[in-house]
Amino acid sequence: MKCDHCNNPAITHEVTIQGGKKIERHLCKECSKKHNIDPAPTNAVNQILSNIQAMQGLVVPGARKGAAEQARPLKCEACGMTFADFKQHALLGCPECYVQMESQLGPIIERAHEGATHHVGKIPRRALEASREGGGRRTVEAILGSARERAERVSMLRRQLEEAIRAEQYERAARIRDEMRSLGEAEAEENPA
Amino acid sequence: MSTDAPGRGPDGQGQVRQIDLHRSRVEWLRGEGRLSDVVLSSRVRLARNLAGFPFPNRASRSDRVCVLDLCRDRILNAGLAERMLWIDLHHAAPIDRSLLVERHLISKQHAKGKLGVASGGPEEPRGVAVAMPHEQLSIMVNEEDHLRIQVMRTGFDLADALREADEVDDKIERRLDYAFSPRFGYLTACPTNVGTGARFSVMLHLPALKMANEIDKVKRAAGDMALAIRGFYGEGSEAVGDFYQLSNQTTLGKAEHFLLHDMEHEIIPRVVEYERLARRQLVERRGDLVADQAYRALGVLRHARLMSSEEAMECLSRVRLGAVLGLMPGIDHQHVTHLMLVIQPAHLQRLAGREMNQAERRAGRADLLRRELASVT
Ligand SMILES: [Zn+2]
Ligand SMILES: [Zn+2]
Repeated sequence: MKCDHCNNPAITHEVTIQGGKKIERHLCKECSKKHNIDPAPTNAVNQILSNIQAMQGLVVPGARKGAAEQARPLKCEACGMTFADFKQHALLGCPECYVQMESQLGPIIERAHEGATHHVGKIPRRALEASREGGGRRTVEAILGSARERAERVSMLRRQLEEAIRAEQYERAARIRDEMRSLGEAEAEENPA
Repeated sequence: MSTDAPGRGPDGQGQVRQIDLHRSRVEWLRGEGRLSDVVLSSRVRLARNLAGFPFPNRASRSDRVCVLDLCRDRILNAGLAERMLWIDLHHAAPIDRSLLVERHLISKQHAKGKLGVASGGPEEPRGVAVAMPHEQLSIMVNEEDHLRIQVMRTGFDLADALREADEVDDKIERRLDYAFSPRFGYLTACPTNVGTGARFSVMLHLPALKMANEIDKVKRAAGDMALAIRGFYGEGSEAVGDFYQLSNQTTLGKAEHFLLHDMEHEIIPRVVEYERLARRQLVERRGDLVADQAYRALGVLRHARLMSSEEAMECLSRVRLGAVLGLMPGIDHQHVTHLMLVIQPAHLQRLAGREMNQAERRAGRADLLRRELASVT
């Protein structure tokens, strides 16, 4: 099968269901990279199950690993839930599932949340305080994320900001800037120069 | 602080006493507050899970019992309200579970004890905590997630609901470790709830838009704004009596206050304006028709001998519209709003003090409505 945008062979195939209509996308390696920059259109939550089913047997973007790894059925070591179980029930088994199946879940979560890739908002307050004082079970990084994750979060917000400006939603844009600023301040607090 | 735990004896396994909620009015259904001509109530729900345990659908029974015991203890000792009522739902009578659903204190799924598509049942260890006497805060334990914190308000007041939910969440988190990841936020059994785990909902009364055949437009607009529309009793329920519940579908990548701002300043006021416009046009063009429909509905409510809950809701909806528009000076619309609750099957049976089959309920409902509306002109 050929890519929707050029003549190269398509390596990722994606089916989304929007307003009851099935929309298929077939992209080559180059175009799917571009596609990641411009996230897929919104997609209703109660349709996620049909999306997941529609994707059964298809290649999930980001899931292309080595052949050996692909052959082994994907499974959460902590609770035994497989990716196939998840596709069937749309429920995960335990918090660890998010870590162990991150590459498969990432694109699904992104589509279900209008292209969002990272959490923005409340953080467990006591856990964060405890980790800052060094007395918590978890490190500050385990709560706020690694430098890379924090950079990814900022770039997600930048995309949202550009989108708001393009749609001339200036008040919204201002609030996204506030959000980015407050993340920057939290960062500064973490790494005093 | 005192705690009532009707589901527990000394060993935590005791017999259930009756849950006496059915007589009191529900604070969030008072029909007051901001924009209350259109917005019946507001709700904020936070989904949370404990670190170190499988989610309820994957947990063994002993894990679920352990989570239940842990959460019950922490919730009851967190100083969340003057008085917290705790109900072990696996020990509660079916009618009490229905009563809680009718008061929107638990979901239908939680009443049934469903854990996933095909698993679970009424015996599953699960519970709910309710802040008394106002019932504005309830916390479900072992629903789809370990914890579902829910705060309700009458009228349009998501901001205050979020404020309380946030406080309650902090108090619980002081005593329990939540499952949280820097990338996906609060981790939930269904990936559609990850991130903030926050669901904002408002219950809207849209009879004029319904009459003007504009509901599909609202539904389409809601879809474009990533909102879900549901009926009076949430997921999968029909929009009885022209009541629609509007809530956000996405929870990742948008801070709580951001989402709140969207709902408060962009989305809900627009829908409210749209309904108000449709009402004004209706009154201007066919005020006689609206008044006629409202009084006919009142006539049915006051004189019928058999009444299904659907028909009662339809009639009460018409009367509420007439009252809110000032077309029915003798009607107190708050009373009408309260009647929408007491005509529900479990409330009806508890008020009557006996079990009733469907045919008996139709007669009992009509009796109740006749009595309640006897003095109304
Ligand atoms: Zn291409
Ligand atoms: Zn797992």
